[in-house]
Amino acid sequence: MTLLSGDPSRGRALQILVTLVVIALVFAPFLFPGAKAMNTAAKTCVMILLVASYDVLLGYAGIVSFAHVMFFGVGAYGVGLALYGLGAGWGALFAGLGLAILLSLALALAIGLFSLRVQSIFFAMVTLAVAYAFNVLASQLSAFTGGEDGRSFKVPAVLQPGFRWLDHPLFGVQANGKLLSYYLVVFVVAAAFLVLLRIVNSPFGRVLQAIRENPFRAEALGYRIVFHRTIATCVSALGATLAGGLSALWLRYVGPDTALSFSIQVDVLVMVVVGGMGSLWGAVLGAALFVVAESYLQDGMGALAGLAANAGLPLLPALFDPHRWLLWLGLAFVLAVYFAPLGIVGALTPPEGKGRR
Amino acid sequence: MSPSLETRDLTIRFGGHVAVDHVTCAFRPGELTAIVGPNGAGKTTYFNLISGQLRASDGAVLIEGEDVTRLSAPQRTRLGLGRAFQLTNLFPRLTVAENVRLAVQAEAGVHYDMLRPWRARGDLIDKADAVLDSVGLGAKRDLQAAALPHGDQRKLEVAMMMALEPKVYMFDEPTAGMSVDEVPVVLDLIARLKDDASKTILLVEHKMDVVRSLADRIIVLTNGQLVADGEPAAVIASPVVQEAYLGIAPGKAA
Ligand SMILES: Nc1ncnc2c1ncn2[C@@H]1O[C@H](COP(=O)(O)OP(=O)(O)OP(=O)(O)O)[C@@H](O)[C@H]1O
Ligand SMILES: [Mg+2]
Repeated sequence: MTLLSGDPSRGRALQILVTLVVIALVFAPFLFPGAKAMNTAAKTCVMILLVASYDVLLGYAGIVSFAHVMFFGVGAYGVGLALYGLGAGWGALFAGLGLAILLSLALALAIGLFSLRVQSIFFAMVTLAVAYAFNVLASQLSAFTGGEDGRSFKVPAVLQPGFRWLDHPLFGVQANGKLLSYYLVVFVVAAAFLVLLRIVNSPFGRVLQAIRENPFRAEALGYRIVFHRTIATCVSALGATLAGGLSALWLRYVGPDTALSFSIQVDVLVMVVVGGMGSLWGAVLGAALFVVAESYLQDGMGALAGLAANAGLPLLPALFDPHRWLLWLGLAFVLAVYFAPLGIVGALTPPEGKGRR
Repeated sequence: MSPSLETRDLTIRFGGHVAVDHVTCAFRPGELTAIVGPNGAGKTTYFNLISGQLRASDGAVLIEGEDVTRLSAPQRTRLGLGRAFQLTNLFPRLTVAENVRLAVQAEAGVHYDMLRPWRARGDLIDKADAVLDSVGLGAKRDLQAAALPHGDQRKLEVAMMMALEPKVYMFDEPTAGMSVDEVPVVLDLIARLKDDASKTILLVEHKMDVVRSLADRIIVLTNGQLVADGEPAAVIASPVVQEAYLGIAPGKAA
């Protein structure tokens, strides 16, 4: 795990856990067959990038932003609308992604330079307002964006499920465009994650931590913190944009629910906190735990409710009703924050590490 | 020698209260100026105006003849002002070594390098370790700054300014709250700095014996005004000081 970063993740248990998640994701199509498992794995990958890029801002620089999902949406709509409007080619894909990146950078730069000079609460409010405006804009421009319905589109031929690149299965898995799509997602997320890891462990990343700890002192040392904060906002926005593009490509659909919804922003916040703020490895664990729980908690609860009903127990079948899964997730979140305020990473890091007092 | 730092009619008002009142003063390289005055006289506020933490209501600050009154704190630091704060002002959850390394990094001008691992700059790490050794904190380099006892935090505060290698050193009661056996480490450090004739040193200090042994010159602030300025012996003996500052116990002050 020192790969490219020069900073090992501390703690044996943490290393093992991260390694397990990485192995599970890299070999997911072969280890967990079926469309649902593959969707869950792809979503986990996308969320790892989204959460990691958010953690650069929140956990490292100490900046609270509510516009992270907006940048995710910019990426998703950029790719989606380009493929929808220009046809299913790589040119359209890259044009869409390129424009999205430019738009994200411009927005991040504007928000950062405009509002990071003053108190952080002001920055949080500005991001909230901008994200809200963007949301409204996306649904108002329905002729262009498809409004609430969003847009379904075709992806480049080799990524389509119907595309066969081998006429026999590979280790029992169909060698189709879906498999290629999955590995495209894995590859891009891995590359982007390593870049983020590099950045947070660079001299620049260290200054971000200093700014989080004591912005006043960082300035007294000669760091012009507005620029550091703005650059962090841009880096974070780029990560989110890329994640959004991948998400649209995987789903072959873009709409407010999957790309702009405020509930995604809340999910990201939960994943960062559960994983452990201020550690990119926490993003990996938080995202994996959350997405898997979101996908399988309902199944598990359905089974439990059935068991309880069969055993004739009172109340329990109602409590375990699959529709109440959010209740349980919320409860788990509260317990997690209470017992492990520094997230999974904090709980698994040896005390002499810098994460703990 | 021309002054490295100068204030002209430097003034700040908080509402109706004038905390620093038209202070005009110049500080030269090779000179250690002690700034004394009763609690609330405006010494820390004067420092804040010089290093840019506060903006002046009136007057000007000049570094090596250049007007910096409109510049921000980080810009003034880059021009060579170093500050050790009266109220300890560290990066609490970072290690002792990291606190100093960040100062070294700032001094080296490594602000935005994001593609190299920080460990690749071994030169910065080594320099930070050397500074830590000079204040006697070498053995505690891997502790969290927040976990240090008060005296060590004061030393770390000073170490961070030393690491900046400024032209002008501003010590604000560096030994306040230190135990007796810790004080000499910091005083030796300041004494050694004095040997370098290119450094300008400003020292706010209440302990008269310290002032007497280190200062080349004393200025006295009372109610934000500069009321005395000169040779230590002359200033301490002057009636205005006896009355304004040491008047409470003139016998003891001598
Ligand atoms: N930000 C501020 N707002 C309002 N008043 C302030 C502010 N900063 C300082 N003051 C006031 O200015 C006066 C000078 O304070 P300052 O801290 O400079 O004194 P000092 O000489 O450093 O005292 P001490 O020896 O106790 O450190 C005090 O009356 C203080 O209350
Ligand atoms: Mg003071």
